[in-house]
Amino acid sequence: MTGSDGTATCRIDIAVQTEDFDVGAAITAAAAGDHGVGGVASFVGLVRDQGGGEAVSAMTLEHYPGMTEKALRTIADEAARRWPLDAVRIIHRFGRLLPGERIVLVVTASAHRDAAFDACRFLMDWLKTKAPFWKQEETPDGERWVAAKAEDDIAADRW
Amino acid sequence: MKLLYFAWLRQRTGLAEETVSPPAEVRTVAELVEWLRGRGPGYAEAFADLRPIRVAVNQEFARFDTAIGPGDEIALFPPVTGG
Repeated sequence: MTGSDGTATCRIDIAVQTEDFDVGAAITAAAAGDHGVGGVASFVGLVRDQGGGEAVSAMTLEHYPGMTEKALRTIADEAARRWPLDAVRIIHRFGRLLPGERIVLVVTASAHRDAAFDACRFLMDWLKTKAPFWKQEETPDGERWVAAKAEDDIAADRW
Repeated sequence: MKLLYFAWLRQRTGLAEETVSPPAEVRTVAELVEWLRGRGPGYAEAFADLRPIRVAVNQEFARFDTAIGPGDEIALFPPVTGG
């Protein structure tokens, strides 16, 4: 989409919430009313029932209200700067979640698939290392904070 | 200044947030943490090792040598693990 000033514009929607979300509705909304969109890519992150070799019965996500929304917007703005995107939608939940529940959704819409796929992966890689969320898992041995992974830093740094 | 603690730093300090007035010679995040260490065993334990600690000043990622002042909001937390 091109704005009235001639520059490309990208619709960015960010939500940080406890409630679950409708993946289909979010994907539909990313292209709604914009017939320049040729493809929509998406990623959904889920709570797994294990981590670090131990059973996980639940996960609680903590975040930094205020900074979280700004950080996600900054990451989305960077994606829109790097790729010709028509829409970016990020929904991230916080609070206590059970295995199988959705944690995060990233949706990207573009005229062409390469931009949508690449931006979607970029957004997830940067979100994992640049948005202020912390996971605590409930295991048979008690609660434990999830440690940051070196491979997540490597994944973020490749962009 | 307003201080915020998250994840295990919140648990070890026993606080989610607090308002403090450190002495004027505290001019960076590193100097603030050094001053916090002297406030009690919980702080000393929480800030014993700075390597797993990250910082934000006024809701932007910052560094230990970032300058801070009385009106700032400073958050201390472990490396993030969202997504």
